[in-house]
Amino acid sequence: MAAPAPPPPDPQFVLRGAHSAVHALHFCDGAEGRPLLLSGSLRGLVHVWSLETRRPLTALDGHGGQCVTWLHTLPRGPQLLSQGRDLQLCTWDLAEGRNAVVDAVRLESMGFCRASVLAEGPQRWMVAVPGRGNDEVQVLELPSKTSVSCLKPEAGARLGMPMCLQLWQAESSSRPLLLAGYEDGSLALWDVSTRKVCSRVACHSEPVMGLALDPRRARGVSGSAEKALAVWSLEGQQALQRGPGSPSPGRWASTHLGLTNPGIADVKIRPDSKILATAGWDHRVRVFQWRTMRPLAVLAFHSATVHCVAFDTAGLLAAGSGDQRISVWSLYPPT
Amino acid sequence: MDPVASAVRLEVQEAVHILSSSEDGGHIVSTLQSLRRYLGETETQAPPGEQEEFSRTHFSTVLRCVVGKLSPNWLDLLPDGQLKELWASFFLEGPADQAFLVLMESIEGAASPSFRLMKMAQLLARFLSAGRMAAVMEGQCGQQAGPASRLLQETLLTRVVGLPDRLGNRLQREMLAAFFPQNYFPLLGEEVLRVLQAVVDSLRGGLDCSVSFLSQVLGKACVHGRQKELLGVLVPRLMVLTQGNCLWQRVCWRLVECVPDQAMEAVLKGLVEAAPGPEVLSRLLGNLVTKSKKAQFVMTRKLLFLQYSCSTPVLQSLLGYLAMDSQRRPLLVQALKELLETWGSSSAIRHAPLEQQRYVSKAVLICLAHLGEAELRACRDELLASLMDGVKNRLDSSLPPVRRLGMTVAEVASARLHPEGPSLKFQYEEDELTREILALAAPWPMPDGPSEAGLPVAPVGGESPDQETVDGGGPQAGREGSDSELDSDDELVPYDMSGDREQRNSKTPAYVRDCLEALTASENWERWEAALQALEGLVLKSPAATREVSLELAKVLLHLEEKTVIAGFEGLRQRALVAVTVTDPARVLVLAAQELSRPGCLRRAAQQGSPGPGSQPSVAAVPAWQAVVEERVRRKTRRFCKGSAGWAAAAGPNEFNAVAGYFFFPLLQRFDRPVVTFDLLGDDQLVLGRLAHALGALMYLAVNTVVAVSMGKALLEFVWALRFHRDAYVRRGLLSAISSVLLSVPAERLLADLPDELLEARSWLADVAEQDADEDCRLLAVKALLVLEKLRDRLLPLSSP
Repeated sequence: MAAPAPPPPDPQFVLRGAHSAVHALHFCDGAEGRPLLLSGSLRGLVHVWSLETRRPLTALDGHGGQCVTWLHTLPRGPQLLSQGRDLQLCTWDLAEGRNAVVDAVRLESMGFCRASVLAEGPQRWMVAVPGRGNDEVQVLELPSKTSVSCLKPEAGARLGMPMCLQLWQAESSSRPLLLAGYEDGSLALWDVSTRKVCSRVACHSEPVMGLALDPRRARGVSGSAEKALAVWSLEGQQALQRGPGSPSPGRWASTHLGLTNPGIADVKIRPDSKILATAGWDHRVRVFQWRTMRPLAVLAFHSATVHCVAFDTAGLLAAGSGDQRISVWSLYPPT
Repeated sequence: MDPVASAVRLEVQEAVHILSSSEDGGHIVSTLQSLRRYLGETETQAPPGEQEEFSRTHFSTVLRCVVGKLSPNWLDLLPDGQLKELWASFFLEGPADQAFLVLMESIEGAASPSFRLMKMAQLLARFLSAGRMAAVMEGQCGQQAGPASRLLQETLLTRVVGLPDRLGNRLQREMLAAFFPQNYFPLLGEEVLRVLQAVVDSLRGGLDCSVSFLSQVLGKACVHGRQKELLGVLVPRLMVLTQGNCLWQRVCWRLVECVPDQAMEAVLKGLVEAAPGPEVLSRLLGNLVTKSKKAQFVMTRKLLFLQYSCSTPVLQSLLGYLAMDSQRRPLLVQALKELLETWGSSSAIRHAPLEQQRYVSKAVLICLAHLGEAELRACRDELLASLMDGVKNRLDSSLPPVRRLGMTVAEVASARLHPEGPSLKFQYEEDELTREILALAAPWPMPDGPSEAGLPVAPVGGESPDQETVDGGGPQAGREGSDSELDSDDELVPYDMSGDREQRNSKTPAYVRDCLEALTASENWERWEAALQALEGLVLKSPAATREVSLELAKVLLHLEEKTVIAGFEGLRQRALVAVTVTDPARVLVLAAQELSRPGCLRRAAQQGSPGPGSQPSVAAVPAWQAVVEERVRRKTRRFCKGSAGWAAAAGPNEFNAVAGYFFFPLLQRFDRPVVTFDLLGDDQLVLGRLAHALGALMYLAVNTVVAVSMGKALLEFVWALRFHRDAYVRRGLLSAISSVLLSVPAERLLADLPDELLEARSWLADVAEQDADEDCRLLAVKALLVLEKLRDRLLPLSSP
């Protein structure tokens, strides 16, 4: 007989002191390989947390008090990219204790869409951001800030605003692809160089709030305002497929995985592709086994909406919530 | 005077004289041998004219004479039993009918037990084993029926069929095995087959033959209840012989046609049961139902409506037989109409035993499966009308099996009658019966279709679903296999996720009064739900606070309506009510009983009860709720020993004593006062049945209380007033109430206070146990009678000095 399930886990530690709701989280390696956690708050500050002392090292103020929605570090420097609701995409230089904005890109869209970045070569990056038109996605090259392409759905598509983006390059090909979730609940796979939609599938009936992709398996998961997660697969990089209902064989038993409460704000897959975490509007973080989508844990620690989750390479899970706290969990440590 | 006749007569007279007077063995033998010349078996034959004259006029005289001489001494006149052989040969070789009659006559006339009787019986056994019975019957086949021969046939018929009985009467314990019915009738069957073979042969030869005597034998044997023995031999052989042989088929049809009317039912029932399928039945009977009124009556009315003993395969072959020929199909349509009418008639639903209702339902479905689209369309309106009436009547019934029958049959029938329309779908739990019924609904191939030679259709129809499930199971098994393979290296152990509930935004009330307020006044549905969910815990936590508002709370809960879709509403409400009742039993119970007796509350219960067949949430909650109350009360009652339920277990004081009457009497008070919206004695019989059951349960729980005697008295009056209620469910409730009274009220008090009521109840119980249409009622009555018997047994030793 199966042993009784262990009681729900507690967070390893909790970071307090952001003083406003946490909307973005990102793990990175600081100086001398010390792990850092970056968090973006509603009030426009980016906090840099030391995971050793569990205290904030600095707070970066570059978005004029507007919410920071997305954080990402580039290996050079290190450099930090931060996206804020003040329509700025800022580049920070954090090397050797510096903390100044070195560059900024003016964004065109007021939407909720978070950017996505892809390394194109040494010192060259491609970043996808919401574009000028309501339904456009713009792809820029950094650090030159030149526009590579503008992805605009065909006239009658009525996809609505892009809600989440994921740039991606398959190992076998050199063509960058962009996966975008739209307001109407559909996912589209763009070929960035030809600016064409490779395929599109309607996954949700509500706007797609977050998506995560496992490039090795060409399979991903997305969450929306609905009471369910959608699991889908990209086969041959050309077709976007969902579940066994599609004509070509799919291994996934179900497309939609029901949840207890509606609303998913963010989805992340751990770098080793073992587990997946969702940030829920119901204040809970849910952990699933990625391969089978078996529910593993429900982390009910926060007392407000969880806005974002992040994994680091060592397997730590961080969740940022509207209750101004960041909880850090160590679950199923990678072997 | 014919010279031949007189010569023969002289000869016979002399021989008879010698036989009756002579003591000389040699003389007797020579006389007998000279008589044998007339039988034509010896080398010196008498002329044919003389032979005929002898066998027609003198044979029986001679036989009677030799029978009369039979004695041990007489047979010993010659050594080695020569005389015996010679004597027997007269019976075995002469005209069989006369020999048989003389044999039977002498057996019946012989003193029992005696030497002669045994000899004759043994001779009759030889007669049978030599196959002479075939000769007896064959002799009747060629003859035209004159009045004399009809008399002879009649006599023969009685003897042939009644042989085992007559022999049994005479021989008593000396009975020979050959005459046992289980041996004799199969032999008779073989003989009938031989005669039929002879008939067929002579028809081939162009001779006229009549099988009416055989039909009479068949009919009489079946009337005597020997269908199994006789037809068990006949039908399998006839099945083979009639296959592809028109002559045999015609003989067979004729055989059944000539069966006298009064025996037709027995024969047909036997045939339908013995035939392995509709094809065989069709070969054996032909279009009998269109030719014979009696046969039609038996096949389309008696076996369908008046009896219900046939098994399902038998029913299938019966209806399949009707469906197999275009001339018979109108009968099938007619039968379907009548079946549906019976199926849906409210009086039949109420009075017919459940077994019969199942039988009729099965018959309806088999008919539907046999009929084609076009035939159904022709009478669709009529069928639909009686179907809809029937569904309504059935759903009104208070017995779940009756309702379920209504639902299954209605689903299948409406799908067949109205294939293009929206399909009717009920919610019910599947059980053995519904599965069996649904399996019957698979359509049968039309008779004109390509026929599978000799293959019964039923197994083919039965196999295909299996095939499908096997096919369907393949990929599933494969998928499971791959899944388990994926999971095999799974090391991630899930944490406990039981705390993962639906999230609510509003705060749960913290006090009972808050809950009360939220339930009555709140327009905030989340708060309302939270209040309902928290109520039980709060009530149990703070009994003092609850007692202050117990009446209001109970009233609110009783009248609570499900305003939002909340999971487990009934359960939540019930648990909260139970908690309130346990906290403040006396006041709440009185209130509950009053509220339940008032039209407002019960009307709602009745309304909710009507739409959902199979689920009467509110009505069902009434007794279940009480049972839970009582269960709680009982659980809180401390008992020192917990024996089996019943009077033996009662040791400690029953704490139910304090509250037993509070609920019981108000509930009982007003059952007979109809109001506009609610009439317990009228249409709301389901509620009345629940009431009777609930009162019985309360009575049973009131064992060892002071109030039990008066409760018992009141309950007996209640039962008495309703004892002839037409609804079986109500009667069941009354019967269980009687049992509760007998179990709960002390026996001495029963006898002292209620002797007349007991006597009346007893005679009523005896009536019900014998005559009630409902099986459960009979069973309950028998149980109650047993309880009564036990009471008496217990009292008798006390009263006897």
